[in-house]
Amino acid sequence: MPSTRPPVDYIERTRDQYSALGYPPYQWVENAELAPWAELAKPLSQCRVGLIGSGGIYKTGQVAFHYKDDTSFRIIDTREPTSTLRATHFAYDLTDARSDPNVVFPIDTLNELAREGFIGSLAERAYAFMGGIYSSRRVRGRLAPELANRIVRDGVDVVLLVPV
Amino acid sequence: MTSALSITRAVNPPRAAYLDFPLGHTAGKPHQPRLNRYIVRDALTGFETLHQPGQMLMLPYEWADDDAWKDGVMRPRSPTEQHDDSRVERDATPQYQTEHDRALAEAELARGGCATCVWLDEPGA
Repeated sequence: MPSTRPPVDYIERTRDQYSALGYPPYQWVENAELAPWAELAKPLSQCRVGLIGSGGIYKTGQVAFHYKDDTSFRIIDTREPTSTLRATHFAYDLTDARSDPNVVFPIDTLNELAREGFIGSLAERAYAFMGGIYSSRRVRGRLAPELANRIVRDGVDVVLLVPV
Repeated sequence: MTSALSITRAVNPPRAAYLDFPLGHTAGKPHQPRLNRYIVRDALTGFETLHQPGQMLMLPYEWADDDAWKDGVMRPRSPTEQHDDSRVERDATPQYQTEHDRALAEAELARGGCATCVWLDEPGA
């Protein structure tokens, strides 16, 4: 049977859940203005593609994320096997991400697209953080600019953002 | 990429690709590399095909044969049941997937720190 129900409205369901639990309403980020627009300067097949994911991915040997406004991030070598990747996050079901991290951090998928020539290459470094951060001010003021600086320094042409 | 349409509309990124899957599957299904390749490939095409700020690609993939999974998301299982907060208690200690991960990380820290862990305005864990 084809899709019969509209997309899950997470804003509405969070409002209902918080209200039922007696919590004050969650303040979602709302940006009235669009971010600056940049056209791709060359075809994807010539682009070095970066990856940033907020699904709480870390690699064995790295310190895991904590669950209290952790604004740190991990640098992940995209040439190493994804079997050493782990997932930690307090707000989504981790079962599938722990079984196959590509569901929230598609390194194997992007490496395959690079092998096929659909993208020019996958950047050597990908970046992972745990997106359950309640301070949008710290994300906007510290984490996002730091990640943006890093990917510019890495020489990527385009970045795939994979939130959870 | 996004699996949360209303949140992404509120955030208002310059471009996005929406995949109507449950949270935790923004880039596909576990151990389905062929499907995931299509999903990510289609999402990436947005960089070449979208030319208007604020546009969103609606990816055509479906999670299951029917949409019943959507009914229970963040809702009580029955009208008589209470909402519950399924999220884990939050504290500021690292939450490892396995105890072995903890041992490896602590050994790494003892050797002088984690070079690929970047803490911003917080002290190291």
